[in-house]
Amino acid sequence: MEIEYKVQDNEVFANLSGELDEASADYVRLSLDELLKSSDKITSKLVLDFSKVSFMDSTGIGILFGRYKKFIRRDIPIFIKNPQNHVDRILKMTGIYEIMPKIS
Amino acid sequence: MEKFDNKFMLTIDAKLINEGFIRSMIAAFCVPLNPSISEINDIKTAVSEAVTNCIVHGYAGASGDIDVLVGIRKNVVFIKISDHGIGIENIERARQPFFTTKSKEERSGMGFTLMESFMDTINVYNNKTGGVTVELSKEIKN
Repeated sequence: MEIEYKVQDNEVFANLSGELDEASADYVRLSLDELLKSSDKITSKLVLDFSKVSFMDSTGIGILFGRYKKFIRRDIPIFIKNPQNHVDRILKMTGIYEIMPKIS
Repeated sequence: MEKFDNKFMLTIDAKLINEGFIRSMIAAFCVPLNPSISEINDIKTAVSEAVTNCIVHGYAGASGDIDVLVGIRKNVVFIKISDHGIGIENIERARQPFFTTKSKEERSGMGFTLMESFMDTINVYNNKTGGVTVELSKEIKN
């Protein structure tokens, strides 16, 4: 798993690529929390680009719920962009889109 | 175990680094049945959930073995994943959506729910000698 960040008009785009599972969990968690720590108030939203996430399981869901709670405290909404079909099913099934809307 | 047309068994260390290996290997073993991408992903996710449970809950990060058996009969895949860890106190409760004993670690509690959704059958029990076994099966329809 790798995450690349891009900042555009106060919005942060995080491009995730690889497998989001227990083995990559700590990296994703730390990386996003680091972003939250280092980004001052100018960040208006975070977009997680999922187009290159080839696999995800319920560990990923736990991480997303956890990040939602942290980012919303700073009034930063999170959006999920372009998930692959299988990942999309898991996100839908677990209700993640109710707190992190899907965008394309 | 009943007879299979083809099977393999494997004992592997309960280490995070092995998760991807186990699910990819099981997926590769099913390829002769000509599964769709969606069916392969269903199996990979279910296996990943079962293996994560062994590592995170069964052994709670300590070392141990995970025993894997994969059998194919006609177009049905049977998967049995066992650990020798602490077991599950209340299996019925553990299988409920969003239930987790580790909420502080940001666990979603959706592992068994995903296994149930993605496979045709699931059977979970505590082994007499300790630890948990999860049995999964899925018919490959493609």
